[in-house]
Amino acid sequence: MWKRDDAVKPTPPGGTPGGSPSNIQTNQNVNPAPAAEPVRSSDSLRGLEKGPVNIGKSVVIKGELTGSEDLTIEGHVEGKIELRQNILTIGPNGRIKAQVFAKSVIILGEVTGNVTASEKVDLRDNGSVDGDIAAPRVAIAEGAHFRGSIDMQRAGGAKPEAKGAAAAAPAAASASQPAAQQASQPAAAGQR
Amino acid sequence: MALSDLLKFGGKRPGEPAPADARADAPVPKGPEPVIPSKALSKFIGALSNREAPVLIDFGPVIGTNVAFFGERLGCKLFIEDLATEVDRHTRARTREKLADTLAGRFTQADGTVDGVLCWDIFDFLDPPAAKRLAREIVRVLRPGGAVMGFFCTKAVDRSPFTKYEIIEESSSLRHRHHPGTGGPKFVLQNRDIIKMFEGLFVSESFLLKSNTREILLRKRA
Repeated sequence: MWKRDDAVKPTPPGGTPGGSPSNIQTNQNVNPAPAAEPVRSSDSLRGLEKGPVNIGKSVVIKGELTGSEDLTIEGHVEGKIELRQNILTIGPNGRIKAQVFAKSVIILGEVTGNVTASEKVDLRDNGSVDGDIAAPRVAIAEGAHFRGSIDMQRAGGAKPEAKGAAAAAPAAASASQPAAQQASQPAAAGQR
Repeated sequence: MALSDLLKFGGKRPGEPAPADARADAPVPKGPEPVIPSKALSKFIGALSNREAPVLIDFGPVIGTNVAFFGERLGCKLFIEDLATEVDRHTRARTREKLADTLAGRFTQADGTVDGVLCWDIFDFLDPPAAKRLAREIVRVLRPGGAVMGFFCTKAVDRSPFTKYEIIEESSSLRHRHHPGTGGPKFVLQNRDIIKMFEGLFVSESFLLKSNTREILLRKRA
């Protein structure tokens, strides 16, 4: 009555299909982009192919990490990360000691090194960066830690508004939000 | 004190105040965080606004709205130094005497390359040697025509929590927000001490607020 698909092995909880990556520790270059095309009949696994790639908590990568798809890192990476056309998310458990280049970077974990984004850097609550940020837009949430420089011009994005704005310039968000609302939503301030 | 008292009260007599641990977080005053008008801020922003891609150092903890304001609106390149965290680190490690040396080696900017420095109230938390070293570094990195804004208390306080200042309302008001950390004693610097400490700069504006805080804007001659 129930047809069993032997081609697809059940995935252990928290693991990934095709074996758990939890014990991977490498000092070689890792490139998650050109993943092999497995033959999968299950609809659920087909969905996984389109989802973001996740580097798990216990994974340690030393070297250069490049790719052309969105990536979430919960493990440790040392070296260099390049996702020029994609979004990089550093999860709450992510520990990065690397130069980071991406389209957008969302940081919930710890980064030591310079972060360059062509669109936006989003430093979330409890996220931490020790290094320089270069991006046309930078959002920093309440509770985040940052030490370093922030350059919103060099990243090749939109130029900031004219200097004449200084005299009439309210704080970034005050024109669009009342002050009380800013206080209650500090994380959103600075985002456009 | 009898052994039975020790067992009963954990070594403390009832009613005996607990010794204040300087390494613990400073108690935060209750109530809403006040919004206080600033007279020096608009002058400071005015000094930056006629510069091309100004370079700004902020000694306070990072605040998203301030970053957006200075980075996006004014086109500044920002250096966030967060010296409150440095003071906190030394206080917890009981190495406050090393703070002056830490500050001296902290700034990597070349001489005369910075257009503005936001000191906020960090000088209140520094003992005289550390304050002098920091002031010397500021004078060194400041470009001719550059501006420095600082708040200075008029009354010494045994222990005060850190404050961070969020720019709101037409860049003329600041929300004084509590920042977690050990805080510390506040030292009073007389006006003559400030002038002497920042030798090479001159006091461009000085305001005494109702809160008894002095807002001082220092400039380097162009």
